[in-house]
Amino acid sequence: MLTRRLFCVGMLLILAGVTPALAQSIVVASTTSTQDSGLFDYILPLFEKETGIDVKVVAQGTGQALDTVRRGDADVVFVHAKAQEEKFIQEGFGVKRSDVMYNDFVLIGPKSDPAGVSGMTDIAAALVSIKAKEAPFVSRGDRSGTHSTELTLWKEAGVDIEAAKGPWYKDIGQGMGAALNTASAMNAYVLSDRGTWLSFRNRGDLAISVEGDKRLFNQYGVMLVNPEKHPDVKAELGQIFIDWLIGPEGQTAIGEYEIDGQQLFFPNASGQRI
Amino acid sequence: MSETLTAWQLIASGDATLFAIVGLSLAVSLTAVVVAGIVGLPLGAILALTRFPGRAAMVVVLNGFMGLPPVVVGLSVYLLLSRSGPLGELGLLFTPTAMVTAQALLVLPIIAALTRHTVEDLWLEYREELSAMGVGWASRVATLLWDSRFSLVTVLLAGFGRAAAEVGTVMIVGGNIDGFTRTMTTTIALETSRGNLALAIGLGIILILLILLVNATAWGVRVWAVERAG
Amino acid sequence: MRAPASNLPLVFDDVSLSAGATTILDRICLTIGLGAPTLVLGPNGAGKTSLLRLCMGLLSPTRGVVSWGGRIDGGPERRAILFQKPVMLRRSVAANIAYGLAHAGCPRGLRAQRTEELLDSVGLSALASRPARRLSGGEQQRLALARALARQPEILLLDEPTASLDPAATRFVEEIILATAHSGTKIIMASHDLGQVRRLAGDVVFLVHGRLFEHADASDFFDRPATPQAAAFIRGDLVL
Repeated sequence: MLTRRLFCVGMLLILAGVTPALAQSIVVASTTSTQDSGLFDYILPLFEKETGIDVKVVAQGTGQALDTVRRGDADVVFVHAKAQEEKFIQEGFGVKRSDVMYNDFVLIGPKSDPAGVSGMTDIAAALVSIKAKEAPFVSRGDRSGTHSTELTLWKEAGVDIEAAKGPWYKDIGQGMGAALNTASAMNAYVLSDRGTWLSFRNRGDLAISVEGDKRLFNQYGVMLVNPEKHPDVKAELGQIFIDWLIGPEGQTAIGEYEIDGQQLFFPNASGQRI
Repeated sequence: MSETLTAWQLIASGDATLFAIVGLSLAVSLTAVVVAGIVGLPLGAILALTRFPGRAAMVVVLNGFMGLPPVVVGLSVYLLLSRSGPLGELGLLFTPTAMVTAQALLVLPIIAALTRHTVEDLWLEYREELSAMGVGWASRVATLLWDSRFSLVTVLLAGFGRAAAEVGTVMIVGGNIDGFTRTMTTTIALETSRGNLALAIGLGIILILLILLVNATAWGVRVWAVERAG
Repeated sequence: MRAPASNLPLVFDDVSLSAGATTILDRICLTIGLGAPTLVLGPNGAGKTSLLRLCMGLLSPTRGVVSWGGRIDGGPERRAILFQKPVMLRRSVAANIAYGLAHAGCPRGLRAQRTEELLDSVGLSALASRPARRLSGGEQQRLALARALARQPEILLLDEPTASLDPAATRFVEEIILATAHSGTKIIMASHDLGQVRRLAGDVVFLVHGRLFEHADASDFFDRPATPQAAAFIRGDLVL
């Protein structure tokens, strides 16, 4: 009994010891698309090497990530839903929002193209056609940045999706990867950010159906969590990360990240667009 | 991480990241089982030996809680440890300690309920003999636990299997942070969402083999001990 | 340390025991004092085992009073019981004895030596490190006897200790019982083996259907049974 007790205490000490050993660390709440695309695996080691600050990324949908931050459980938030982010700032949870990078959304669909939208450049028209043919469509349904963009696009297409949704519209309530897996299994259309799509390996019969519409633009922003709301926030370390991200080194690193020779994200901290 | 590598190549190449993930998974789940055991074994034994009003209800609740949904446990611990929560000042959210806490809570009802069941059977057999020997209350608990030790190994293994295989609590309270709180199951979930199904399945097989290895070791120890102690 | 008060005489004052509607023992009045072994005799179902449990204090009477040396609080410090099917703890033979010694208040430093003596007295020294549950029936019975003796009881209660043993093992156990009796321990033992009763008994308690029919010296009981039931039982007839 005694040896077991000692063993347990030892284990707890070891685990507890991990935390202070990495005292120079911050928690970043971010989105599944940045994690699933592999961007963090590429840029974070560069940052950590330079500053010695350990960055812990908790990847959630944008809505959930913002909730995590509202509870004070992260120091920096790095997401892609500008309207939600600005509301977040207004509520006083975030200090200041900075643009970091963009990529774009693409409409993914089966090569058989039952809705006849392949090659279109008007996303609204493509959605109208999908709705008219009731071709299978997978929605994230998780209040993520991608999900809110999708809802905006339905609105632009003049479709009241709440009223129009039927068995063809699959609301799965999961992350980007899960949505792509589902679409791959069902040969359905799905809206994805380009980064996640490029790094996605289980494509099956899927391909890009629609791209290039300027309404598919996808801007990422970063904010420091307001230390006045949550005094435990590591404001100083968080600011170092933000400054690096929107500074020349971070911007270069983001621009360098490629999959199969394709650049996934385009740095635009200075505010320029394509 | 190169997506074209299979899990087997990762093992063969001694991939440090993979071994760190495996190590963390084992450390978290084993610690959780030890913590749950320290509380659950005596709790189950006491419940087996005592009769008090409300005991039947407690047994039913405990048995029911063997099926606690990991997501619910994870969410409860999350709200508890969140900086806005009652224990927020400890700063434990998104750490291995949080994962141990959540898994221990998940496993505790399993260990306590199965211990209660095992010890109660033995208690029926031992009751008169121990009374006749004038064995005190605390000593009865200790004796029954010790004499059920071979069955209790299986109880602890059931707890370990549950802890090592679940993804719901560790994902929520650990956050799946690369190199810090990323376990086998959260890695499998992540690789699945990246569409790396082959790698995910490979990792799944490694996890199953690990759980088998822990069980085989415990079984071997048990056989050896039974041989010695009957 | 004050010497504990004596457990004797053991007195049943109008004791009944029932389980639900079934009467197991019916208004028993009985006094058992120091002396040669008391044998509790009777057909199966007579209530012998229940009587022994009451003697031990493991059961409480439904009515009436059991007292030990005039006290009714009866902690089991100076009594021990050997059940018909004793339970072996899942540990070695020696550890079973040591367990009994520990709970009889034997100081830690003396336990090893006392364990050896007790195992020697029941002829189990060679098996000391064996798992107790692997012993044969006869060996288990002897181990349980040694564990009971570890309590240095003033009253030793035995429930058909030789019921499942072969003649050689029976003789061995009877010799230990007699030696224990000679050293001053009061033996109260249930049996339905008339030969054994003749060999061991100082006095006999004869039960049928939970009622006490006779309590007499062994010689009187066998030579001049006072009840037709006792006479029939001694003859070997079925007592209904």
